[in-house]
This record gives sequence, C-alpha cells and structure tokens, in this order.
Amino acid sequence: MLKTFSLGGIHPPENKFSAGKKIEALPVPSQVAIPVSQHIGAPAKPIVKKGDAVKVGTLIAESAGFVSANIHSPVSGTVFKVDDIVDASGYRKPAIIINVDGDEWEENIDRSTELKKDITATPEEIVKAVANAGIVGLGGATFPSHVKLSVPPGKTCEVLILNAVECEPYLTADHQLMMEKGEEIMVGTQIIMKALKVDKAVIGIENNKPDAIKHMESLASSYPEITIEPLKVQYPQGGEKQLIDACIKRQIPSGKLPIEVGAVVQNVGTTLAVYEAVQKNKPLFERVVTITGKSVSKPSNFLTRIGTPLNNLIDAAGGLPEDTGKVIGGGPMMGKALVSTDIPITKGSSGVLIMPNEEAKRKPMQNCIKCSKCITVCPMGLEPYLLMTVSDKQVWDRAEEENIMDCIECGSCSYTCPSSRPLLDYIRLGKGKVGQIMRSRTK
Amino acid sequence: MSTLTISPSPHVHSGDSVKKNMYGVILALIPALIISVYNFGLGAIVVTATAVVSCMLFEHLIQKFLLKQETTIWDGSAMITGLLLAFNIPSNLPIFIIIIGALISIGVGKMSFGGLGNNPFNPALVGRVFLLISYPVQMTSWPIAKALPFSYTDVTTGATPLSVMKEALANGELPTNVLHEIPSYRDLFLGLQGGSAGEMAGIAILLGLGFMLFRKIITWHIPTAVIGSVFIFTGLLHWINPLMYAPPMFHVLSGGLFLGAVFMATDYSSSPMSKKGGLIFGIGIGVLTVAIRVFGAYPEGISFAILIMNAFVPLIDKYIKPKRFGEKPAVAK
Repeated sequence: MLKTFSLGGIHPPENKFSAGKKIEALPVPSQVAIPVSQHIGAPAKPIVKKGDAVKVGTLIAESAGFVSANIHSPVSGTVFKVDDIVDASGYRKPAIIINVDGDEWEENIDRSTELKKDITATPEEIVKAVANAGIVGLGGATFPSHVKLSVPPGKTCEVLILNAVECEPYLTADHQLMMEKGEEIMVGTQIIMKALKVDKAVIGIENNKPDAIKHMESLASSYPEITIEPLKVQYPQGGEKQLIDACIKRQIPSGKLPIEVGAVVQNVGTTLAVYEAVQKNKPLFERVVTITGKSVSKPSNFLTRIGTPLNNLIDAAGGLPEDTGKVIGGGPMMGKALVSTDIPITKGSSGVLIMPNEEAKRKPMQNCIKCSKCITVCPMGLEPYLLMTVSDKQVWDRAEEENIMDCIECGSCSYTCPSSRPLLDYIRLGKGKVGQIMRSRTK
Repeated sequence: MSTLTISPSPHVHSGDSVKKNMYGVILALIPALIISVYNFGLGAIVVTATAVVSCMLFEHLIQKFLLKQETTIWDGSAMITGLLLAFNIPSNLPIFIIIIGALISIGVGKMSFGGLGNNPFNPALVGRVFLLISYPVQMTSWPIAKALPFSYTDVTTGATPLSVMKEALANGELPTNVLHEIPSYRDLFLGLQGGSAGEMAGIAILLGLGFMLFRKIITWHIPTAVIGSVFIFTGLLHWINPLMYAPPMFHVLSGGLFLGAVFMATDYSSSPMSKKGGLIFGIGIGVLTVAIRVFGAYPEGISFAILIMNAFVPLIDKYIKPKRFGEKPAVAK
C-alpha cells in the first residue's frame, strides 16, 4: 500500500500532456518587465533607474525586510523605465522594465554544467546565499526560502521533506526537472539539510511519475540519508500539511507551522535553485514553466527568464488556440484566471494552462442536496456546505468555531459538488472576514 | 479569441450532478421493481406508475402555480419519491389513495420546506405514514404474492410475517409457535413473502446497495448501522428469552427493513452530514424499529423509526463533527 494523506482528497483527470517533454530554453525576449512584488511579504525596493546598464544576475531590487526577497536582472541591457504594469493579479503594480541587449552574465556566476558535489559553505553562509539569490518557494506559494531555512529558536527540525508531488493536473515542470537535474537536486537537498542541521530527508513523489521515482531512487542510492517516498496519486497531496501527513504521518495542529511537528518542506524546483545559488553563485532569474492545455498544439516545459512576456511562451507553444476561453496562471485546481496574456512570467509561475471555451464557464448552481460529498473530500476535515452557509449568512463567530481558517483553498469541495455550488468562493469570503476579525482582536 | 473568462479557482469540475445521483438511485431501485412486478403482477405496475406520475405532476404544478419556479421534475428526485412511496404501500391500494399519498409526499413532505435538498423528513415516508393513519384498513391488507398476476383490486390478501408475529403476541401465544407459518429465510431473502409492493426481496435491495456504493452515491455507514443494530438488538432479546422473541435473522429479513435501511434512511437531505453522525442515526433507527416491532402496537416500525430519527438530524449535525485535520496530537515536541 502506497502512503497518502489521511483525510479526504480527490483524483481529477491528470491531463499531463507535457510530461516527458525536454526542458527547452526559451529565447531571451527583447524586453522584460520584472514586478518588484513576486513573493509573499514586502515588495522589493528597486535600486536601478532609467538608463542603468545591467547584466544577467545584477541585483536590481533589494529585499525590504526579513520576509521579502531580492530580485536580479534576468537579462543584460539597459533599464528602460520603472513603472506600473498589469501583472498576473490583474492590478497595476510597480515593475522594472529592461530593454535587452545581448546576453552578458555577471562574471561571478559559474555557467559550467559540471556537478559540484562538495558543500563547503557553513549553515549560516547557506542561508545568506539563499537570501542573496532571492529564492522563493517555486511551487507557487513564493514564500521567501531563507525564512523557512531559519528554524525559529526553541524548535528543532527533524526531517526535511521535498515536495515533488506536483498534484495539480496538467503541470509537469517539477517532474521534468527531476528527470534532467536529479543529481543537482540531490546535492541541493544536502545543502538544505546542512542549513537545517537535519540528517534525514524524504522526497515525496506521486506514483503517476514512475520514471521520476525510478530515476531519483537510483540517484538516492548513493545518498543514504535521502529516501524516496512513492505516494498514491491523490489531490491535494502537494499541500504542505497533506504532504507531511502522507510522508511521516504527523498532522500539523490548526494554525501552526510544519516546524511544530519537526518538519520543513521545500519544493524540488526550489531545491535546484538553492543548489545553483550556493554552488554556482547563480541568483534566481529563470525557472521552468509548463505551458499546456487541451488545444495547445505544442505543450512544453520551457526554461524561462523571469519577466518574459507570457505571449512569448504562448507563441513558442504553437500560438493561442482559436477556442481559448480562459488562461490560467498555475494549475486548474488552485491557479488564477488571468485577465490578459500580456503579463510577465514571475518567480511563482509554475505553469500556464490554456483552457478551451467549453470548459471555461461554470455550470449553473442548484440547491444543496446535502449529499455530504464535500465533507468526504475535504482534506482538512471541514464541512464546506456549512462554511458556505455561515459565510453567506455572515455568522462570522460560527464560521470561526467551525474552523474556517483551516481551509487550504484546494478547491476539492467545489470540484466535487453535484449541484455545482461555488463553495470555495464563499469560504474565501468568510476567511477574509474572519481573519480580519481575529487580527483586530489581538491588537 | 475574444474575451477571457475570469473566475476564482477551481477551474475544473468533476462532472457529477444532481441528475447523475438521482438517476443512479432509480437504477438501483430497478431490481426491487422487477421482483415487485414478478410477485404482484399488474398491481405493482399500476401502483408504481400512479405514484411516480402523480408525484412528478404535483411537483410540477406546485412549482408552476404556487412557487412560480422553473420545474425540476426531471432531476429524478420526484421520481424517487414516487417509486419509494409505491414500494411502501400494498399493491392493491385504490388509486385515489395513492394520489393522496403522492400529494402529501410532495406537497407537504418536500415542497413546503423549499423543495430539493430542504426536506427534513423523508417525503415518501411522510406520505406513507399519512396513509397508514388515514386508511389503516386498506394500508394493511397485503395481497398474497403471485396469487393473481393479472388483476388489480380483486385479489386475495394475507398477513405479512411481521403481522403474524404481532397477532401471536396479541393472542397471548408464544411467537415461536407461529414460526412454522412464516416463510423460510431463503424465501424471505428472495422476496417470497407478503408485504408492501417493493420491500420484500432483500437480495434485490442489496443489489441496489452494491450499485450505489460502487457509484459512490451513498456510503456504507447508515445501512450497516440500521441492519447491524436490528440484528444485535433482536439477537440480544432472543438470547435472553428465545421463546418470547423471534430470532434476529427473522427480524432482519422480514418487513421493510432492507428497503428502509438502504433507500429511505439514506435520503440525502433527511440524513446526517457526517459519517459518524450517520452511524448514530442508523443505530437510532435500528433500535427504534425493534422497539416498535417487539413492544409497540404496529407490526412494523421502520417508517416511524426513520421519521423520528429524521427529527434528530439537525441536532446530530450540530454536535457530531467530522474528524478535523490536526486533531491527532503531534508526535514531536
């Protein structure tokens, strides 16, 4: 029996069209737009101005606090302007726009492909290098990684868990990364283990990627402290809480962080970025982005510079299909519908899903028939039908009592509902309001 | 491409629908319907057709003229109510009584509470119990199985196994003395017993249960709790005094227990939301059924038991919560 998390879960069609497609480097665009807010936390402060010359890897915006991240230029050229642009959120936000000229890298970046296995950096140096490189969680959450590597005083980390689940349908970036950069990920894992001072790491991979499991297992045979954990395919296994439950059978109590149960979770893509930052001195300025969809003629995994216009990716994947009804940043379960294709790729862009018209619209909502399927699938053991009702009726204290803040917004309830009720929409609304009430109480 | 649709996640749906679930239940009821027609011939057909058509018609009329809503009669829910009502009444019941039953089921049991998903009681049982109290004679004269397949009202009637048992008790006889008048367990299981139109054959109902479990329309909790608790409770009584109380297998296989446990108690909107709640609800039904059968005035108690437990559902839902994530104490310090 393969392991999986203990409560709820669904199994949506996987549709991994771009699986097995080699990672291709997307040509450097003629202009990039780099939002200064690509991570959770304070937006970075731009330190370049119009007319400045930059190289690939030049720091262009500085971290504005502990929970914030540096941003480096992904291209060489001149700063065209610092101005507001529409980003993936649909709002106008400040960004640094750079006109590209050639592809000249900062000299201190090691561009060789040779594997560097010896870890000479001390734990403190590792955390510092990760912070300097501007690394954030590349699974999509974009939480600054150096924060996660700094274990709070009084807590100990017992195990590092690597998230290689990629439970979102369609997305294949992490899968392909393991196939092509497995060695680097192993070294990256050791680097993170050193920073966290743990001697055990588990890489959780769902068994719909048997080739990746086999490949990583053969690599892990020379790293006795790293184990590969094949997991039963079940959404949302890539959720931090679910992954920890699946791998080490510990459940994080309500409102607490993974370190409470002695675990730290990092995404495999992030782990590769850590390797490159620490061993190769390469900041985070490019990432693998899956571009896919049922009507997309060339579903692909592109190594993309941050700031590349989404339209360039779409063109490289064979152009925007005729029947496009929705463009989603991320996967179909938790991704955001984009207002336009004229937006830049950022650190958190794990994939772009182009959905045909007939799948873009929701079905009309019907009465709740109390079938309780939303309860059956909820991975947090909540009652989505009830949370929707209390949010609709604005009974906020009851919503709090019913643990509305535990909702991880995985969307399993809305996905399952036979009456097509927008359960998660209402729960989000309730979470926003209840969160506000809770914060005002502690003030 | 002209415009992009914007909506919050998730952007995909399972494709499950109210119709799929409801028509699934209807498919699951087909084996019982076949046995019913095999046993009672024309009577079963007339009763079932009348009940289904009048339930759908009443729902349509109420929605059109009273509630001014779009009609929902094709979602399958009214058809189920009609089928279940038909399965719960004798197959020689006069047509006008069936129509009254359908009106009470749909009008009072379902639409007065807001229609689909809002009924606190099982609509078919509301109708059935109304008829049982209003027309006690017609409602308790059961045609004998396979007596006259081509006639409707003009049939020989006989007692059900449970009423034989009840009469024995009333006459001061020991129930075990009348056991020979009761069909064998095999016959009971195959539906060769008197009773309401669709409740007799355990095997047909179990077939439907298997189908509904496979299609994930219901979970095993409620049926298992009902049948299990009846078996344990009657088993206990039989063990205490085997002369006075019938063996547990008799109670499990006779009457409407299977139909009630599988199709009536599992009605979505009148059963608890959580699985734990479903177990409590099911045990309540089992215990009340036995109490009515053994100590009460009626030979059969499953309808009343379900309706009584329906009333407890809001309370169960309020206090019995599913297991929340993270309740299990963490191992690490």
